[in-house]
Amino acid sequence: MSRTVKMKVYRGEQNVGQFHEYDVSIDDGMVVLDVIHRIQATEAPDLACRWNCKAGKCGSCSAEVNGKPSLMCMTRMDTLPQDKIITVEPLKAFPHVRDLVTDVSWNYTVNKKIRPFKPRPKAADGTHRMYQYEVDRVQEFRKCIECYLCQNVCHALRNHGKHEEFAGPRFLARLASLEMHPLDSDDRIPFIKEGGGVGFCNITKCCTEVCPEHIHITDNAIIPLKERVADRYYDPIQMLFRVLTGNK
Amino acid sequence: MAQYTTHEFDVLVVGAGGAGLRAAIESAALGAKTAVVMKSLLGKAHTVMAEGGAAAALQNADDRDSWQTHFRDTMKGGKQLNFYRMAELHAKEAPDRIRELEEWGAVFDRTPNGLINQRNFGGHTYPRLAHVGDRTGLEMIRTLQDKVVHMAAEIFMEMTITHLLKNGNRIAGALAYSRVTGEFHLFKAKAIVLATGGGGKAFAITSNSWEYSGDGQALAWRSCAELLDMEFVQFHPTGMVWPLSVRGTLVTEGVRGEGGVLLNKDGRRFMFDYIPEAFRNDVAATEEEANQWVAEVAVGKRATVRRPPELLTRDVVARSIRAEVQAGRGSPHGGAFLDIASRRTAADIQRKLPSMYHQFKQLANVDITKEAMEVGPTCHYMMGGIRVEAETAMSTLPGLFAAGEVAAGLHGANRLGGNSLSDLLVFGRRAGWGRPSTRRRNPRFQPDQQEIEKAIADNLACFARKGGENPYTVHRELQDMMQDNVGIVRTESELKHALAKLDEFEKRVANLSVDGARAYNPGWNLAMDLRSMVVTSRAIAMAALERKESRGGHSRIDYPDYDKNFANVNHILSNKDGVMTLRAEPLPKVSDDLKQYVEEA
Repeated sequence: MSRTVKMKVYRGEQNVGQFHEYDVSIDDGMVVLDVIHRIQATEAPDLACRWNCKAGKCGSCSAEVNGKPSLMCMTRMDTLPQDKIITVEPLKAFPHVRDLVTDVSWNYTVNKKIRPFKPRPKAADGTHRMYQYEVDRVQEFRKCIECYLCQNVCHALRNHGKHEEFAGPRFLARLASLEMHPLDSDDRIPFIKEGGGVGFCNITKCCTEVCPEHIHITDNAIIPLKERVADRYYDPIQMLFRVLTGNK
Repeated sequence: MAQYTTHEFDVLVVGAGGAGLRAAIESAALGAKTAVVMKSLLGKAHTVMAEGGAAAALQNADDRDSWQTHFRDTMKGGKQLNFYRMAELHAKEAPDRIRELEEWGAVFDRTPNGLINQRNFGGHTYPRLAHVGDRTGLEMIRTLQDKVVHMAAEIFMEMTITHLLKNGNRIAGALAYSRVTGEFHLFKAKAIVLATGGGGKAFAITSNSWEYSGDGQALAWRSCAELLDMEFVQFHPTGMVWPLSVRGTLVTEGVRGEGGVLLNKDGRRFMFDYIPEAFRNDVAATEEEANQWVAEVAVGKRATVRRPPELLTRDVVARSIRAEVQAGRGSPHGGAFLDIASRRTAADIQRKLPSMYHQFKQLANVDITKEAMEVGPTCHYMMGGIRVEAETAMSTLPGLFAAGEVAAGLHGANRLGGNSLSDLLVFGRRAGWGRPSTRRRNPRFQPDQQEIEKAIADNLACFARKGGENPYTVHRELQDMMQDNVGIVRTESELKHALAKLDEFEKRVANLSVDGARAYNPGWNLAMDLRSMVVTSRAIAMAALERKESRGGHSRIDYPDYDKNFANVNHILSNKDGVMTLRAEPLPKVSDDLKQYVEEA
């Protein structure tokens, strides 16, 4: 069964632009990305958007649908209010490029600052033994598809622009995946505190709410990292020990 | 004079899926100045979609496995058309490549004694696929991505290569445009590694994304490198069929590996009716035997009986589903039912197949822990591609290398699930080594200035042209034409029709008009990609017409059986003054020490 919907899509370059209205005929089961593709194929062949897998696995097609940061490929049209115009606009926390595309290169810069995985030596039999119960929590963080929806909603980035001091939820989750990796032998706590800026997170859990992979970013990644930083730097006995030994 | 930015590298890697990233890591580790150019953002390539796992005879889940058995399975699955030397190197080296990923931070699922766990898959005798739930590709690409950013390799995102540039009969560089700015970039390089994946976007029902337009195959052919066995296209048996907007989206073979069964609308488990003679001894004879196998592997035991027939190779399963639908026994939306709900507990399903659970729940309103899925064949993978030398992954054009899906030879007539992820690692690394003659001490060759100017003019012509066709319309029609005439089953008349149509498409693609400006213009980007799709589609249709038999991924209604005249030949496609020509070449003879592992095909 097909019906016609009204869509308002942001069009323009480098934040100079406006919403364009399109009437689009849609079929059962279509997602927002299908509608964008239909607009491209019929009315606006140069409408810019990113996408790849169309199955919620690559994290390319992030946008704000009716104001909510979402993957367009996983947002079914029949889950949106049918009596209102549907708006689609680019992520707000990143510099605008064109139409629905933003410049997410800052994320790649942050990732590069994280020191690489440093495994402990292999066991005598040449293996790395790790047990499933040990890797479960790391695997949760490694489900991340880098859609950057969490970065987009985080107040520290979106409202306060702490891009220099704060790695954002995505990369705190990545740091957690290294810090809690049973084989990793690097000391990551100083970077989590300084480079990662874990203290900027005030635990509003907006990141967790928008995560399409349902990763418990705040509870399972960020809070434990905050605890590890607190243990190292703010535990009175540890502080005294540092003063006495001169260790950082 | 045309405007462009010039870059100079030793090695230019095109594509940033598993093969491209693995090649770049190797190349940079050897001290070569390396660039990686990709059409999307880093970490988004198609490898991320791979679900089931990477095949390697690690012997963690079943110590009866060995590289020889992996080699035998690969050859048997490929219907003995594989380049045996590639299958040999692949089987021998895959375990080290997987362990290397663990050394770089990958976190695979574990066996009870703490090693990398392995799951069963179609055509593999033993549980062999190292995996992470059903998101193995994501784990792989993230591991390689996080590795490559700390190597001396420069990353160029959202850039498309449109032309390879030569100096005489030697690779000299490539021309690219940035999708973001629309500006041109000239890469001078001593060696180029193509790792651009397949061309499934030429088909209407496909698991492939927009990127998979057969660029590498077309670039190579245009530069007079040879293509091999292009008729072999893999239609994965289980794509989603409903809703229509997700038709073709992949449903992992892992569902069947974990015990899922295929049923027709009458509830009959029809795969028992389609077991080919050659595989009769490899699969369960009765439902009881098949059920016992699932019961054993579900609790992590070594299987003592034979696998269910749902785990036959992909070509067989895809054809069987199609036959059931043709006979009027399909599911409501023209597929088959894939049922895991009645075989495993809801907790097992959510743990082993989490992304399938979410995919069906969100896109189709189906809870796979309670209901069966509807599935049908979807264009998934190209076994054919650029002809390469096994040891070095070099094509027939000096300095041009290819690895991963874009290269041919390893998989023969049909690829086993799980062999592509290990392929990327094994041959990506070998392509990154390259050949001593292409190493950094050698001179760089100068691309021809006129060639560069002409390439840029070609790329921009569609902007100036008024009244030409819309690229989206031409693409849609090309997809329908290929699906109808060069799809899962083929006949001479349809293939001839397709070749005639491709002549028309070639003209239409040369006469497209594009609106708007160059910066991030998907209409223009599609117009560029369509040129590759037409070349790659032609190669598939030509080779399919010539192979008058059915084998692996190539099924002919008019020649439904194996033909011994085709059992030992590969099809080579070359470029004679811009015209595609085909010749048959005898397969390399299997070395004496490996003869015992191959069978008559």
